Amino acid sequence: MATAAERGGKGVTALLVGPAATFFLLLLVLPLTVVVLYSFGERAPAGGYAPAFTFDNYLNLASRGQAFLNTLMMAPLGTLLCAVVAYPMAYYLAVKASPKWRTLLLVLIIVPFWTSQLLRIYAWLLILGSKGVPAYLEMIGIEGVRLVNTRFAVLVGMVYGYLPLMIFPIYVSLERLDKRLLEASADLGASPVRTFLQVTLPVSLPGVATGSLLVFILLMGEFIIPALLGGGKVFFIGNALVDLFLQSRNWPFGAAVAVSMVLVMLASIVVYMRFVLARGGMRQEPVV
Amino acid sequence: MSDDSKPISSKDFIHELMRYRRGSVSRRHFLGVTGLGLATAVLGNAMPGLRPRKAWAAGELGDTLNFTTWPNYFDQANLDQFTKDTGVNINVTVFGSNEEMLAKLQAGGTGWDVFVPTNYTISTYQSLDLIEALDLARIPNFVEADHDARFIGEAKIGGAIYAVPKDWGTTGYVVNTAKVKGAMTTWKEFWDRTRGDLSGLVMVHDYQLTTIGNALKYFGYSFNSIDPKELADAEKLLIECKPHLFAINSDYQPAIRAGDALVSVAWTGDATQLKRDIPEIEYVLGREGGEIWTDFYAIPKGASNPAAAYAFINFMLDPAVNAREVQAHGYPSTDSRTNALVPKEMLDNPILYPAQELLSALEFGAAATLTDPLRAEIMARFKSA
Repeated sequence: MATAAERGGKGVTALLVGPAATFFLLLLVLPLTVVVLYSFGERAPAGGYAPAFTFDNYLNLASRGQAFLNTLMMAPLGTLLCAVVAYPMAYYLAVKASPKWRTLLLVLIIVPFWTSQLLRIYAWLLILGSKGVPAYLEMIGIEGVRLVNTRFAVLVGMVYGYLPLMIFPIYVSLERLDKRLLEASADLGASPVRTFLQVTLPVSLPGVATGSLLVFILLMGEFIIPALLGGGKVFFIGNALVDLFLQSRNWPFGAAVAVSMVLVMLASIVVYMRFVLARGGMRQEPVV
Repeated sequence: MSDDSKPISSKDFIHELMRYRRGSVSRRHFLGVTGLGLATAVLGNAMPGLRPRKAWAAGELGDTLNFTTWPNYFDQANLDQFTKDTGVNINVTVFGSNEEMLAKLQAGGTGWDVFVPTNYTISTYQSLDLIEALDLARIPNFVEADHDARFIGEAKIGGAIYAVPKDWGTTGYVVNTAKVKGAMTTWKEFWDRTRGDLSGLVMVHDYQLTTIGNALKYFGYSFNSIDPKELADAEKLLIECKPHLFAINSDYQPAIRAGDALVSVAWTGDATQLKRDIPEIEYVLGREGGEIWTDFYAIPKGASNPAAAYAFINFMLDPAVNAREVQAHGYPSTDSRTNALVPKEMLDNPILYPAQELLSALEFGAAATLTDPLRAEIMARFKSA
């Protein structure tokens, strides 16, 4: 027999969970169900969706193998590069920068984001284009460099576009670092490098993990950067989806690609989390 | 072009950046695919200060017209004039491809009042019941007899007219002759040199009709073929050439202007505009043939403001207005009254009016190519290869 308090508690729980649950049901579960259902359908004669039950769309996935492969190679690579570039910056901001300048520097990292991402990526097209960086290289005698419409250009765009999403989580985790730990480490005779590797780095790993997850998920769904800086030659799953829905109007195949992409993404995230948790667990003990 | 390899100046950098905001990035494809067209339309609308002011209070024409067209394809002064005359504000949305327009109209709820489909799509729109037969009494500026019948045939279905012509053009390729040596006159040369001495310097459209069509011309097949064997040959050629392309993108003006690409598949108006700024640009129609097309004004079924739509189409077909359009976008008109008002040097311009023997080899796009699943899939496979 439930007491009044228990019943009241359930009411509160329902109120708390209700909005989020409704939101997820209407905007995630229902649309996703439609996508899954469509993925077993057929393309209507003039394009679109016609009801059917077939696995053809899934059997045809191999024809987009290169797009899956590109995405699965470039997204982790982009994430890694982001982390490598962001870490020193976050470290400087959190540990070295004087508090007087810190706020200004943080704001400067955000300011470019007030401009449309599209415009900023388009600007890279001009910077990497033949009258940009290659023209300067030519002045110092390095000729025939072509940067735009290559994997390199796409990587530059991805790192540039998502860097702040990596800097901030790392910055936050480093900012919380107890400076006394560093002093203790030094007092016990550890070199600065050893202190960094055994104290600072492990403490900031959760920030790196969070930032990487944020960047990785967004990069997996990216399509504008490869479209602009890859010139249509570096093709991501995102690009394949845009094509299937807006050009070939093959909704069922598009739905199958989307479902597969969600599955691939979930699988990569599970593997990644396992890896992070396992490493996090090992490292945490000796430090804290 | 002597300063050609010098780094871009800061002034030019901003100029090139703004080119993209002015919507001159390409006629088809780019803005639509990236969603920027929609974004700018929404943004423009969200800022009351940017909205043209009404001349009179909302009258019989309402106060808004949603006009869906291609980038770099109208004279802003003409749109402003219409707003001044009628008090109707025009929301311009630019699109990437006919396939994409069809995708939107099929999905429904576009809110478009006037849009600009290409000849080969009209029968599909009509059979899918997505457009209405036009009430010509409300477009007195359209006089059928003044238009060359071969340009407007596809708008006439079962005796009714479903769309009125905006302009016509061809699909060939532009060549930067300052850097590309040796004359180019055929699609065979286009594809062979792409794999040869021009490797890394050539662009093709991100558009099934022209990219597959012109690959078919390499073998002498019809631009419109949907024969699986012929399409397989075209696909093989495309995939062989892909590593040698600079880009697959209908946004070719910036790359040609920057000198990143030296050759690109191109439409009449883009060639006119490029030639205006870079005299070394030549426009080539492959001797084997290729595409000739007409773009039309049409009203989608269920348009929210048909009264303004008719008024707008009639305004744009006024020969004086249309002549200003032609001078701005560089595509020739089908209307003889308009042509009487266009400067002679434009009527003599071989980019707009190619030699008869080149024209007679061209084909109008066929309706079947729009919906053919194999062509759509081959284009997608070529891009994702």
